[in-house]
Amino acid sequence: MHYVSPLRPPLVTGHRTYHDVTHDIARHVENPPNLRWLAGLVVSLLFLGIFMFSLYRTLWFGIGEWGLNKTVDWGWDITNFVWWVGIGHAGTLISAVLLLFRQKWRSSINRAAEAMTIFAVICAAMFPVIHMGRPWLALWFLPFQNTYGSLWVNFNSPLLWDVFAISTYFSVSLVFWYLGLIPDFATIRDRATGPIAKVAYSLLSFGWTGSAKHWSRYEYVSLILAGISTPLVLSVHTIVSMDFATSVIPGWHTTIFPPYFVAGAIFSGFAMVLTLMIVTRTTFKLEQYITLEHIESMNIIIMVTGSIVGVAYITEFFIAWYSQVPAEQYCFINRAMGPYWWAYASMMSCNVISPQLFWVRSWRRNITFTFVMSIIVNIGMWFERFVIIVTSLHRDYLPSSWVMYSPTWVEVGIFTGTMGLFMTLFLLFAKFFPVINMFEVKAILKSSSEPGIYVDEHGYAIGHGGGHGEATPARHPVGPAAGAAYHAPDASSH
Amino acid sequence: MLTPTVSAPDMAHAAEHDHAHTAHPTKRYLLGIFDDPDVLLDAIEHVRGAGVKIHDVYTPFPIHGIDDVLGIARTRLPIAAFMFGCCGLSLGLFLQIYTLWADWPMIIGGKPHYSFPAFVPVCFELTVLCTAFGMVITFFLVSGLRPRVKTQVMDRRSTDDKFVMAIEQTASTNERHISDLLRQHGASEVNEKEIAVKH
Repeated sequence: MHYVSPLRPPLVTGHRTYHDVTHDIARHVENPPNLRWLAGLVVSLLFLGIFMFSLYRTLWFGIGEWGLNKTVDWGWDITNFVWWVGIGHAGTLISAVLLLFRQKWRSSINRAAEAMTIFAVICAAMFPVIHMGRPWLALWFLPFQNTYGSLWVNFNSPLLWDVFAISTYFSVSLVFWYLGLIPDFATIRDRATGPIAKVAYSLLSFGWTGSAKHWSRYEYVSLILAGISTPLVLSVHTIVSMDFATSVIPGWHTTIFPPYFVAGAIFSGFAMVLTLMIVTRTTFKLEQYITLEHIESMNIIIMVTGSIVGVAYITEFFIAWYSQVPAEQYCFINRAMGPYWWAYASMMSCNVISPQLFWVRSWRRNITFTFVMSIIVNIGMWFERFVIIVTSLHRDYLPSSWVMYSPTWVEVGIFTGTMGLFMTLFLLFAKFFPVINMFEVKAILKSSSEPGIYVDEHGYAIGHGGGHGEATPARHPVGPAAGAAYHAPDASSH
Repeated sequence: MLTPTVSAPDMAHAAEHDHAHTAHPTKRYLLGIFDDPDVLLDAIEHVRGAGVKIHDVYTPFPIHGIDDVLGIARTRLPIAAFMFGCCGLSLGLFLQIYTLWADWPMIIGGKPHYSFPAFVPVCFELTVLCTAFGMVITFFLVSGLRPRVKTQVMDRRSTDDKFVMAIEQTASTNERHISDLLRQHGASEVNEKEIAVKH
């Protein structure tokens, strides 16, 4: 039995009723798209075009279109891969870890964050495939006996673990996301007026009726999925970090990598969630569901994980000195003061220094500031991966093979193009799927919305009866439990 | 005597099912419509206390504590999930031990053929994969959830903002008594619904 403090700020503002929740969220699916959405789609499709063209150049002319060379054989491709996978982690963290911790504020952001996970992993998975040069042989990744001999894949290789980790992560996230969508598809199905929408959402909703027996099983399934997704999300970036950590390259051969990568992934993922959420709440006018409380909570996570990442950077330096390995020491000095010092400086200022600004409460509750910060953090995290990959490689053990690496326009085009791919998928999702989890918001409405708690903007209780002017009579039943939401245990009381 | 407040969508639905009535045998249900989950929980206890059998309850979101008052047994899906997890783990171990140790042993980086620490990640991922897919597919199968062109619902508002308690009407049920009982315990409407029996 847990109690919800009446002093906790509301998570849904504006005195919404259950029907209001349905209406506010489902209308974006039902109405024709608005102009801002169409404009966004046009821009995204433009970037998708850049992606397709750069991809065509890569596949037709080969990896020679890229700026890679014999010394630096991983460049923007793997940087982008790690960056996108990392972004995806926040979605699973919100939907799984915060579910296990019973954080109610996850309810209105989990749907879009999970969608972000899936689209980010699609963008990420593209890079290892195309960087092979002959992507039509990608099926050699799979453990089947190839016809040219009895060879199997090498299960000792972290690159193969990656194949298993990323594909499991993608499919489990997809299942988790879809399972969450089923009750909401049923809501849209039951409101649908057009014949196509009726059939489409009926198919999508799997015949969901909201039966108590189904809900009972559904909750167990969600809980177990959350339970197994939590170690899964940690394993994915751990395995990605092992691509580097199990090698013998100074700067990569580091035991700190798994936790450091996971913290960085959460850090950049939450920044991307914020970028998307701030745009979504304005475009679709969902300020009552994605409130300043949500934004502040995410900013606090960014601040904490940003600090963890900062500690990791410093630890790496300390260990390089403490190990007394000259190659390791040189690698780190070269990172900070060598020819790529600007990348290192960008990483440090964006990831370590800038999140510290969130200690100021009024700044982490400022939407414009948060939006700018969310982009800065993602730039910083991209530079982190660039620094790790390129500065460790470009000056290897033989000074005669020291080189510089810079990308060609094809590499830049592929990277900016994946953003177009990502945004196109996200905009289509936002139009055709309910962008906020309606049933979860309804489930917390009684305990965590304004009419239930009566608090002022500073989070203090202001007494009974404040402001339900616009609430419909349906909200005030005449039953024995009417009005029980005020500092009472939530609906779990029985 | 019944259904004084049939709403517009239900009128449409009722018309839809007149047709079904002539073609198939049907079952009749009395639907108590509630506006609030706590009122519903209270009503379930009283209705069951009065000896009336509840067919099912349809709600827009999961209500904590409804399993106990409705007497829904705890699902055994977690056990199924564990079994699927064991299958996944065995698959992972078999795949790696068979390929790298039994079928085509190769020395890679001087490591032994059976190098368990290196097998952990793939074993783990396959465990998670099989657990997730096995459990969700089992859930769909036991709940009869699959893509349908048309879904039969008791009251379309039960996925929006209404909490619907369905009680099957048989020769032995007293409609008036049940209807009064529902209203007395907070039902805002009491409707009737006929559903074609599926074969």
